[in-house]
Amino acid sequence: MNRACIATATALVFTLMGHASAAGLADAPPGALSCSGCHAPARTADATVPPLTGRNPADIVAAMQAFKSGQRPSTVMDRIAKGFSEDEVKAIASWYGAQKN
Amino acid sequence: MTPTRTSRRDFLKAAAAGATLLPLPALAQGAAGRVVVVGGGFGGATCAHFIKRIDPRITVTLVEANRTFVACPFSNGVIAGLREIKAQEFGYDKLAGDQVVLQLSPGTAVDPQGRIVTLANGAQLSYDRLILSPGIDIRWDGLPGYTQAAAERMPHAWKAGEQTLLLRRQLEAMDDGGTVVMSAPANPFRCPPGPYERASLIAYYLKTKKPKSKLIILDAKDAFSKQRLFQNAWKALYPNLEWVSLSSGGKVTSVDVGAMTLVTDFGRHKADVANVIPPQKAGQIAELAGVADRTGWCPIDPATFESKLQPNIHIIGDASIAGAMPKSAFSANAQAKVCAAAVAKLLAGGKPDEPKLINTCYSLVAPDYGISIVGVYRPADGQIKEVEGSAGVSPLDAPTSTRALEATFANAWFNTITTEVFG
Repeated sequence: MNRACIATATALVFTLMGHASAAGLADAPPGALSCSGCHAPARTADATVPPLTGRNPADIVAAMQAFKSGQRPSTVMDRIAKGFSEDEVKAIASWYGAQKN
Repeated sequence: MTPTRTSRRDFLKAAAAGATLLPLPALAQGAAGRVVVVGGGFGGATCAHFIKRIDPRITVTLVEANRTFVACPFSNGVIAGLREIKAQEFGYDKLAGDQVVLQLSPGTAVDPQGRIVTLANGAQLSYDRLILSPGIDIRWDGLPGYTQAAAERMPHAWKAGEQTLLLRRQLEAMDDGGTVVMSAPANPFRCPPGPYERASLIAYYLKTKKPKSKLIILDAKDAFSKQRLFQNAWKALYPNLEWVSLSSGGKVTSVDVGAMTLVTDFGRHKADVANVIPPQKAGQIAELAGVADRTGWCPIDPATFESKLQPNIHIIGDASIAGAMPKSAFSANAQAKVCAAAVAKLLAGGKPDEPKLINTCYSLVAPDYGISIVGVYRPADGQIKEVEGSAGVSPLDAPTSTRALEATFANAWFNTITTEVFG
C-alpha cells in the first residue's frame, strides 16, 4: 500500500514537473523572451504597453495578424510582426498564455 | 515506529530510482553547474537573473566593479536637465534575492584553460561557463590628444555617471551665445542613434534656456541611424544645430584640450563646451580573456553567444560582434536571455535552440517627441542577420500625436526593462 502510494506520488511529481517545464522559461519558444523587454508581466504592468502573460493566445495571434497586415494601427508592432511567421507567433502566444500573472 | 521506518526507507529507494531516470548534466562533479557572469549592466544582470530563473540549481556569481549601476539609456535627458541621475541608478538587491552570488570587485584575469576568473579582491572563481558582458571601454589611443585627463575637460559621457553630470554642469555654466561642439565616431560604437539623440536634447536645452547658443556635430560618418527622422526634426525644431558629415570634413582627427578645440582635416572648431564621443572597444576583461579580436570586439556564435576564440566563454551586449544587431540595452537584454537559455541547456548536456531576437531602440528628439528603430534577428550563415521585412524606423510623415506616443512608449520601455532585472 505504502509502495503504491509512493509510486503514484512520484509519478504525479514527475507529471507536474513536465507540465511546469512546458510553460517554463527554458521552453520559451524563439523570440518570446525578447517581448518582455517592453511587455511587463501583468502583476507589475505599467498600463502603457499591454501585458502578454496569461492572455488568451488567440487574442495575441489575432493582434499580431492585424499588426502585420496594417489593419491595426501601431508604432513598432507592425514592424516587429513582420519578423515572425504565423507558427512562430502561435508558439509565442500559447507560451505567454500559459504564464501566470 | 516500524511502519514509519519502512516507508522512509522505501521512499528513499524510490527517490534514488527516480533520480537515476533524470538526465544527468554533462559535468564532472555531477552538479548543476557553476556560471560566472562578469558585468552587471543590461546584459550581465539580465543573464544572471534568467539563468537562476531557468534552473535554480545552477550556481550563478555576478562580478561587478560598482555597487550602483548607472544606466546609459535616458542619460541624455540628464545632460539636458530633463531628469536627474537618480532615475538612472539601480542596485543589485533583487539579484541577491534571486540567490545570485554578488562579487563587487572588478575582474582582473581570466584563465580560459583552467576556467578561473580572478578578481581585484583576490577571489578566484571557477566556472563551467563564463559570461562576459563588460560593455565598452574608450580607446584612449584612438584619437590623438584625447586622454583620460582630457576627458575631464571634454567629457565623453558615453558611460553614464560622473561624466554625464560633468557635461551637464558645463552646459549649465556656459553663457548664452556659446558654442557646443560634439564629435561622433565611426561605426561600430555603443548606441548608434545615441549621439543624435544627445544632440537633439542639448539643442532643446539651448533653445529653451540659452537661445543665442549653437551646436555643431562633427561626424566621422556620412550616414547614421534614423538619419532622416532626426534631420527632419532638427530642421523643424532646432535651427541652431549644424551636422557636419564625413565628406563635408566632419571627422575629428585630434583634439587640443588646452585650446578647447576639435581639429579636423578641414579646420579647427573652438568650443565653449566640447563633448567628444571617442572610438570604443569591448570592455577590458574581454581582451584579458583572449576573446576580443583585432577589431577590439568579440566574435561569437550567433545561436549561443559562445566565443569563437575561447571555449566555454560567452560574450553578450555591446562587447560582442552581434552582426546586424545594434549595440543597445534592448539588444543586450534580448541576447542575455538567449544566452541564459543556451548556457542552461549546455550545462544540462542538451543542444541549444535556434534563437530569434528583437531590438527596439527609442530616441527622444524632444521630451514629447519620440522616434524608433526596430528589427527582428536570427542566426544565418554564422552571423546574426535581420529577418527580411522586419527592420525599419518610425514613419517620416507622422502626426505629433504619434511622436508623443512613441515618447510615452520610450519611457515605459525604460521602466519595464529596468524593473525586469533590478526591481
